[in-house]
Amino acid sequence: MKSLAELAAIRERMQNKVIIREGANATRVVVGMATCGIAAGARPVLNAFVEGVAASELAEKVTVTQTGCIGICQYEPVVEVYEDGKEKVTYVKLTAEKAAEIIEKHLKGGKVVEEYTIGAYRK
Amino acid sequence: MIRTHVLVCGGTGCTSSGSVKIHDALVEEIAKKGLEEEVKVVGTGCFGLCALGPVVIVYPEGTFYSCVTAEDVPEIVEEHFLKGRPVQRLVYHETKAADGATTSLSETSFYKKQKRIALRNCGVINPENIDEYIAMDGYQALGKVLTEMTPDDVIQTILDSGLRGRGGGGFPTGLKWKFASGNRGNVQKYVACNADEGDPGAFMDRSILEGDPHAVLEAMAIAGYAIGADRGFIYVRAEYPIAINRLEVAIKQAREYGLLGNDIFGTGFNFDIELRFGAGAFVCGEETALMTSIEGNRGEPRPRPPFPAVKGLFGQPTVLNNVETYANSPQIILKGADWFTSMGTEKSKGTKVFALGGKITNTGLVEVPMGTTLREVIEEIGGGIPNGKQFKAAQTGGPSGGCIPASLIDTPIDYDNLLAIGSMMGSGGLIVMDEDTCMVDLARFFLDFTVDESCGKCTPCRIGTRRLLEILDKIIAGNGEMEDLDRLEELSNYIKSASLCGLGQTAPNPVLSTLRYFRDEYIAHIVDKKCPAGVCKSLLQYTIDPDKCKGCTLCARKCPVNAISGTVKQPHVIDTAKCIKCGACMDSCKFKAIYKA
Repeated sequence: MKSLAELAAIRERMQNKVIIREGANATRVVVGMATCGIAAGARPVLNAFVEGVAASELAEKVTVTQTGCIGICQYEPVVEVYEDGKEKVTYVKLTAEKAAEIIEKHLKGGKVVEEYTIGAYRK
Repeated sequence: MIRTHVLVCGGTGCTSSGSVKIHDALVEEIAKKGLEEEVKVVGTGCFGLCALGPVVIVYPEGTFYSCVTAEDVPEIVEEHFLKGRPVQRLVYHETKAADGATTSLSETSFYKKQKRIALRNCGVINPENIDEYIAMDGYQALGKVLTEMTPDDVIQTILDSGLRGRGGGGFPTGLKWKFASGNRGNVQKYVACNADEGDPGAFMDRSILEGDPHAVLEAMAIAGYAIGADRGFIYVRAEYPIAINRLEVAIKQAREYGLLGNDIFGTGFNFDIELRFGAGAFVCGEETALMTSIEGNRGEPRPRPPFPAVKGLFGQPTVLNNVETYANSPQIILKGADWFTSMGTEKSKGTKVFALGGKITNTGLVEVPMGTTLREVIEEIGGGIPNGKQFKAAQTGGPSGGCIPASLIDTPIDYDNLLAIGSMMGSGGLIVMDEDTCMVDLARFFLDFTVDESCGKCTPCRIGTRRLLEILDKIIAGNGEMEDLDRLEELSNYIKSASLCGLGQTAPNPVLSTLRYFRDEYIAHIVDKKCPAGVCKSLLQYTIDPDKCKGCTLCARKCPVNAISGTVKQPHVIDTAKCIKCGACMDSCKFKAIYKA
């Protein structure tokens, strides 16, 4: 290694890969991944969140994890967003495309995508 | 895209309880389920909670699985990684909230009071991947010293930090470096690392080398720059195969990246490291004996002065530090001396790693700020004494140290406090003893060790320790006399003052400290011919209580020497002349009718 810049480059490249081990962040996106969720297509949704978050400045703030059956199987794929000091937001019947929209509007923009929430769906 | 990291402990404790199999099973099972693109398995160093091994942690959730077996793996992969339901029966109970959710590992009583500096990467990174070390600010400190600091700046920072040798002596590290720093560039100098960890019960150096080997390499290069040395040696026990293997991998990777070798970071600084294996002699942990061994000779100490900083390896100025000391130094360079001095006591700064062993619930490795009390370490972090027994004493410093009785459990642990109460920091082994430990037998155990390990070069150690052992054997056999206690003390003091090296100078410590705090136990052995803890066989007698004995004959059938006689349904009797005091009868009795006294 001939310069500090080379070291910094490796550090930069690797940091995003180990940051996951710092534990859960303040904001958590929890994807329901029980049998019902997987059958309804939760996997592409989970992947869309993981990739969308990792590829942006959200990587240090948002943790994407999975959980089991939330109990509302008819609304799967269900995703819940927990933010510090805010009420939990429950999104239902998601797709990878809707996930991308939530990342842009909600996680980055701070504005809940009302039309995909369980409240909107039930109306 | 990877969404989950599964960390599998690859420390010695978990490896011996089967973590390699678990690692392989995880990789295989994850592939079977088609999750290789999403879940990554990472082998790491020791997490510290060895009592619960093999340990597996799943991030980002931070789920802490304990006592995992390879048979559990399919369930973990299917339930947790695929369906998102942590396998509750394997989750460490302290990380389970009342509603079944996972709480943070750092909130458990084992980790809460810890402050991990030397162990900061152990259990977090893959020690065989230099990139992960770099991601954790690895080699930044080396870059900083080479490009921004003069060698004298480096030494001053280490001096200001108050860092003292973690191998046991507690000599200020900065001073060592300063003494070796004269005449840079004109004299061949060496940097050496003492990884010949020999105290029974101590395994912190081993865990650092296994979990974060690059930290030691980086620190040695920093020391090399500070004193003007271009070669380093790590003297590591051949009994540490995992540590050796990871060091070899680390050195190879560092060379490939040019972090060892010539012209590091384009600054013209050259430094390289070689390994030397010790054959397991305890005396080779003594610095002069260690260097003699590296030179290819029989490991025997020599008188000091001259000190290694003046005349060390191959007669050249040498800095020799312990593994844990090195592991602290890059952090001091990066975060500054003030950061380091903000932790600890007045004369002992920073943290210390302790290996908890003996009669304690959470056997394992802990790192706490200097000045933490023994009570906090044993009762809070260590989880107390198992089976409802009483704490009796703790032995620090291994065979060179002494015992700390229950009355001193609130002593803040640092170098000077431990010396004042007749023990020593040593390398940080902390063996906890409960009411079932005989203190005379304990002193005998450690002395037996030093008699074996005395190199034989000087008379006080070679012959003196053997005479001590003989007196202890006599007391334990029930043949002691009160004058023996004076003889023990007198001889101990001669050995301490007349021995050539640290081994002999500290060998009588276990005898002296047990005499100091548990003299009544010695007297019980000598005068009453009793061992209060019920350990010393010659002073024990097994007796059957005729009121409780139902005459089931089980003990008579278990006795290997046919010392028990009696007829069915009648109380049995032990023939004490035949009895070999093995205790098999007592273990087998269903009516608790047999007692020893």
